[in-house]
Amino acid sequence: MNILVCITHVPDTTSRISFTDNNTKFDTSGVQFIIGPYDDYALARAVELKEANGGEVTVLNVGPADTEPTIRKALAIGADKAIRVNAEPVDSFYVAQQIAAVIKNGNYDLILMGRESIDFNGGMVHGMVGELLNLPAFSPVMKLEIEGDTAKMSREIEGGKEFIEAKLPFIAGCQEPIAEWKIPNMRGIMSARKKPLEVIEPTDSVKNTEVSSYELPPAKGDVKMISKDNVEELVKLLKEEAKVL
Amino acid sequence: MSVVVFIEHEEGKVKKSGLEAVSFAKGLSKGDVVAVAIGANVSSDELAAVGKAGASKVLHVNDEKLNKGVIQAYSHVLAEAIKSVGAKHIVLAKSSLGDPVAARLAVKLDAALIANVSEVPADENDVKTSIFTGKAFANTKVTKENKIFAIKKNAATVLEDGSEAAVEEFSTELSDDLFVGKITGEDKAKGEILLPEADLVVSGGRGLKGPENWNLIEDLARALNAATGCSKPVSDMDWRPHHEHVGQTGVKVAPTLYIAVGISGAIQHLAGVNSSKVIVVINQDEEAPFFKAADYGIVGDAFEILPKLTEAVKAQLN
Repeated sequence: MNILVCITHVPDTTSRISFTDNNTKFDTSGVQFIIGPYDDYALARAVELKEANGGEVTVLNVGPADTEPTIRKALAIGADKAIRVNAEPVDSFYVAQQIAAVIKNGNYDLILMGRESIDFNGGMVHGMVGELLNLPAFSPVMKLEIEGDTAKMSREIEGGKEFIEAKLPFIAGCQEPIAEWKIPNMRGIMSARKKPLEVIEPTDSVKNTEVSSYELPPAKGDVKMISKDNVEELVKLLKEEAKVL
Repeated sequence: MSVVVFIEHEEGKVKKSGLEAVSFAKGLSKGDVVAVAIGANVSSDELAAVGKAGASKVLHVNDEKLNKGVIQAYSHVLAEAIKSVGAKHIVLAKSSLGDPVAARLAVKLDAALIANVSEVPADENDVKTSIFTGKAFANTKVTKENKIFAIKKNAATVLEDGSEAAVEEFSTELSDDLFVGKITGEDKAKGEILLPEADLVVSGGRGLKGPENWNLIEDLARALNAATGCSKPVSDMDWRPHHEHVGQTGVKVAPTLYIAVGISGAIQHLAGVNSSKVIVVINQDEEAPFFKAADYGIVGDAFEILPKLTEAVKAQLN
């Protein structure tokens, strides 16, 4: 079974978000970049499926050269080879077209990615890739079992989950608890250096959106503390001061 | 120029997020707002009421085969409805159904997809969107005429001054290959207030000490008519189901009031609640980082405070 896992290279979830150049650029100073947490679940499940069924896991990132340490980490976790499309991932449709082009040129039984990137949170790329290739796409997938050419999944919906059956190939946007995150071991880290990482140039694709500037939300005011012996006061404040009840 | 809005319904009622999308569309354009509802499990009377929020017409795809949200079939039907109206702008609310439908429509209609729209833009080509899980905003330039706006909760206030909408049936051919991802069942809480839609949320963390104490959270939620949520450790330990997990890798909520009980306020949890209007934190540890993100705080024992708070709510709200 050949699995393609698409990963994003994003700021750590604990990063302080700020901007430079008159609020037109994300300030990367002091920011640690990681594999997107949802993509990490997709990768972990892909490695498990490979271990159970054989085959190969290819990891794909659309990004400039500075994403390569993140790609190497995915190789250390257990992917066999990697492809980097040498382009800035600025627009979801642009990225979807790049991924679709890689899938067309490959022979994948299953395409996994995270439910969304944690920088732009669009959660749209899997669906766009599905439509571009006329394949089904499901997200957010919390459970994925494969038997032969059929997959059984559960997908989170508001207030619960739905169960889905689909034939391979398809695209899935993953989230917990589909698998446990894997931490690379020493052997993985050593072997990752030797695994192939192919760099390809982007296909000619359109961009439909572009960020002109960023802003931060207004700072939060001070917290008003209320005595534990006077909870009635809290309800009164919520009614009369905050006007939310 | 008309705007088409995809509205979802749940247990026979149009979801509030659908009404927000209709009112968003009304604010976006001087043209007519045409809502599209899919599935036979919603009544014409319920759909006509969408007019109050700003729709002049509702196209109802009254087909039992579409009672469940089959993504590819929904996307196909919507694309056909949009073409029949001749709309260039489409609005829908982000959800487990809205998101994948929007993604497919963007490709089908050659439209720019703008995700996480946080307010009605004054200029449709310059749209404010929420990024970094609510920690920042981007002003996004859109270079295409066809546009899909996938809106966040509270991006628009629901209007109530419109008149009833005309409900018309709409149908189109559905080939079998639109149903290749087969929905075989679902496991869903019935009659609960859905967390992503909720205006009031009461959430519990490890401070509650075990699932057997959740009645304290539920009692307060019931008194407030609020949804219940929880922190990641609580869902990881299976005290509560995953769809109640609020945070970076769970549900992102945007209520007017979020009450957090026994949750320390890790940055990953805050990422799920930072769109809340007012935050109340109740925690035994006065050093809990959550207090820094709160509007109101009480330091104390949840087991002592929760029953008192529930009584105070009952006394003052009735």
